[in-house]
Amino acid sequence: MNFIFKLSKWQLFAWSTGLLLSAPLFFLIYESLQGDSEVFSHLWDTVLWDYITNTVLLIFGVCLLSCAIALPLGWLSAYCSFPGKKQFEWALMLPLAMPTYLIAYVYTDLLDYAGPVQIALREWFDWHSPTDYWFFDIRTLPGAIVMIALVLYPYLFLIFKTALREQSFKLVQASQLMGLSPWQSFFKVSIVLSRGSIVAALALISMETMADYATVSYFAVSTLTTAVYDTWFGYYSLTAAAKISGVMLLLLFLALMAERFSRRNQAVFERQSGVNSESLYKLKGKHAWLATSFCSVILLIAFIIPMLVLLNYAITYFDKAWNTAFFSYAWQSLKVAITVSVISIILATLIVFYQRVAKQGYSLIPGRLASTGYALPGTVLAIAVLLPLTVLENSINAALESYNLDIGLLLTGSIITIIVAYLVRFYAIAHGAIESSFVRISPSLDMASQSMGKSQGQTLRLVHLPLLRRGLLTAALLVFIECMKELPAALLLRPFDFESLATHVFQYVSDEQLELASISALFIVLVGLIPLYFINRSMEQRS
Amino acid sequence: MSRLNLQGVDYHYSGTHVLHNLDLTVGQDEIVCLLGASGCGKTTTLKAIAGLIEINEGSVFIDGKCVSDKHTFVSPEHRNIGMMFQDYALFPHLSVADNIAFGLGKISKVQKQQRVEEMLELVHLTGCAKRYPHQLSGGQQQRVAIARALAYKPSLLLLDEPFSNIDTQVRFELIADIRRIIKAQQVSAVFVSHSKEEAFAFSDTLAIMHQGKIAQQGTPEQLFAVPKTKEVAEFLGQGIYLGAEVLTATEYTTPFGVVQSQHEHTHSAIKGVVYIRPHHIELAQNTQADNPQSVSILSRRFIGSAYVYTVVIAEQEIEVAAQYGQSFEINEQVIIKIKPHTVNFFES
Repeated sequence: MNFIFKLSKWQLFAWSTGLLLSAPLFFLIYESLQGDSEVFSHLWDTVLWDYITNTVLLIFGVCLLSCAIALPLGWLSAYCSFPGKKQFEWALMLPLAMPTYLIAYVYTDLLDYAGPVQIALREWFDWHSPTDYWFFDIRTLPGAIVMIALVLYPYLFLIFKTALREQSFKLVQASQLMGLSPWQSFFKVSIVLSRGSIVAALALISMETMADYATVSYFAVSTLTTAVYDTWFGYYSLTAAAKISGVMLLLLFLALMAERFSRRNQAVFERQSGVNSESLYKLKGKHAWLATSFCSVILLIAFIIPMLVLLNYAITYFDKAWNTAFFSYAWQSLKVAITVSVISIILATLIVFYQRVAKQGYSLIPGRLASTGYALPGTVLAIAVLLPLTVLENSINAALESYNLDIGLLLTGSIITIIVAYLVRFYAIAHGAIESSFVRISPSLDMASQSMGKSQGQTLRLVHLPLLRRGLLTAALLVFIECMKELPAALLLRPFDFESLATHVFQYVSDEQLELASISALFIVLVGLIPLYFINRSMEQRS
Repeated sequence: MSRLNLQGVDYHYSGTHVLHNLDLTVGQDEIVCLLGASGCGKTTTLKAIAGLIEINEGSVFIDGKCVSDKHTFVSPEHRNIGMMFQDYALFPHLSVADNIAFGLGKISKVQKQQRVEEMLELVHLTGCAKRYPHQLSGGQQQRVAIARALAYKPSLLLLDEPFSNIDTQVRFELIADIRRIIKAQQVSAVFVSHSKEEAFAFSDTLAIMHQGKIAQQGTPEQLFAVPKTKEVAEFLGQGIYLGAEVLTATEYTTPFGVVQSQHEHTHSAIKGVVYIRPHHIELAQNTQADNPQSVSILSRRFIGSAYVYTVVIAEQEIEVAAQYGQSFEINEQVIIKIKPHTVNFFES
């Protein structure tokens, strides 16, 4: 009975945490299903369909362009050898560190009428006014598609490359012996065998695209994400914002279903135990240079040029960008990021430990529940978090009224809301990292410790925690980085006196003055490079 | 009083019945081996004893005290059991000395150090205290594991296939060594294995498990000579079944003549089968044409001191070693003779 009591302690904690962290999602679903909202009806009658169309077109366009970029890159990287391949393998993932709004700003600056590209063209061709020539407008839906795809293609590149590496070369070789050219075998064997991974990556890209607020807002492309923001700040209608979020949840659900559906047959595909470290095709001459050029152009456009422009801003405007505001915002961001990292690794460690000691199928549910927030776009999440916190705040105030006390907006008007929102959104990252570290600890260590008289709590403290040290650090770091980068939720939830590095940078982007926040922007990019280092290291270890 | 007693233990999960009405007794200072094929429930029995799973029916007693039944459950940390795992389960972040001291509880630092030194001496690892598990060989890691499991003087030691990761060349040397250590500490032990050679070398008593039950418990010699069931007979060594009828208390007729038993038996049925092991079979030159008791040599293998011949008897293939100097050719017809022994008769 003692054993059962001890289990209940962990159980109680895990289930209550799981339910608390998933509460915003349930509140959101409940709120979005509530009766009519005037604002929503008005939006429905007027612009909502345009927003939905724009969102779907944006997602479709980004997925298509990501395929065009990432599939050839993945194939070249997994199967071919060509000059610079080793460097491109990690360098081509660098764009992931670049927030889309930064790249959007940089290219707008470069390609605008007053930008260096058009100025140069006018000088070369002796054009004098806009009527003399046609030049595409980047601040459009296609422009947003290109910008977002340039940042998100690495997801597909990474996942497709890994999938190809895990397939046996024999399949491609067999297809070639049966008369297929490399090009044909790419389409008929490699792509077909990896379609599960491709769909999974595209689902991820779709979710990230839907979550994007900054780029579409900067380009004035109205999507569902901007609609949620505008409804909340324009009409102060939480119900309407929740209903729009509900529409987004539906799209999200479709993306997740597509991902699940694509995985249903994955087990039948041939997989080999290791990964291929050799190349199947050794490219020479013209082909080798074509491969190198393609990789170089993508890397140049997606990372090197924006990075150089940011560096140029930082150097040119150093005096104005290096100021106390930078440190003050960095400190605010750090404070929130550290708090969220610490809380999330504590919660995740205890929940994963419960999974481990309970060893039952249902013990996975609290972790899954707690991780649901990760799928929510930042704006949707912000609305979802506001709903229960508002209810809680109102209840506390109502209860305190008889004592003539009032906590005011202690929850929704303070940094607590942001911390809760980040916890809900990024708990899943900590959970995943800690779960994978826990799996590596042999269950016999637990049994050994218990047979030597240690309780479950002592086993956690004396055996697991020392062995999890690296996993905990990785988890904390990953959550920290995401918190530093998160923008839409912070924009919606920040109290008056709070400014994070990301909101500070975006403010300057919106005011067309990124130069003045260029050091903060560079800092965000550099922080974003850290997880790429880990991914690259783990890829190297696998091969 | 027995050290461990399992009575009618039942365990099932998600529709799988793993242990059925299992009874097991381990005496003071006795080493019992749970022997059986993979999936027969050996490790589950060990976990039930250790308290790592909760049984559904039956009871477990340690030193006469009930530690597990329908109403009682003593958690693993309060059972005073030492356990040695297949992968040794040494804590990689702790040194050898810290691993051994892990279960020593609230005693002074000096006492802890003293006990660690005693244990290191017992397992011949003096001087390795500061090393970490990854700096030791497989055999050394195993010695640390046994030292750690014995350090806090457990009532009972459980060993889960501890020799499966050890090189066959040094395995039996190590088995003898670990047995010496356990006997020196006067601890009762339950040892799980699927290898009968390991079981014979390590244990005082064997408990053969089959489909979640103890099929038979006894000394290795008893079980080998007088198996109660066909499963026990087959598990302990290769053999063939011959149709047989009971003639007298010591005689059985078979298609290969009358087989003499060295011990008297009483059987309720007349018809059945006898289980004949290869070392009870003798091959002899066939001097008579069309002898119905002759068999053909299928293949032969030289093992140094003699040849081992494969023959088919009653539609079952068996390898029989010939006597030194005896030699037969492939396809040659030979006569089968069955030597007098303690015959294992099973009723049909």
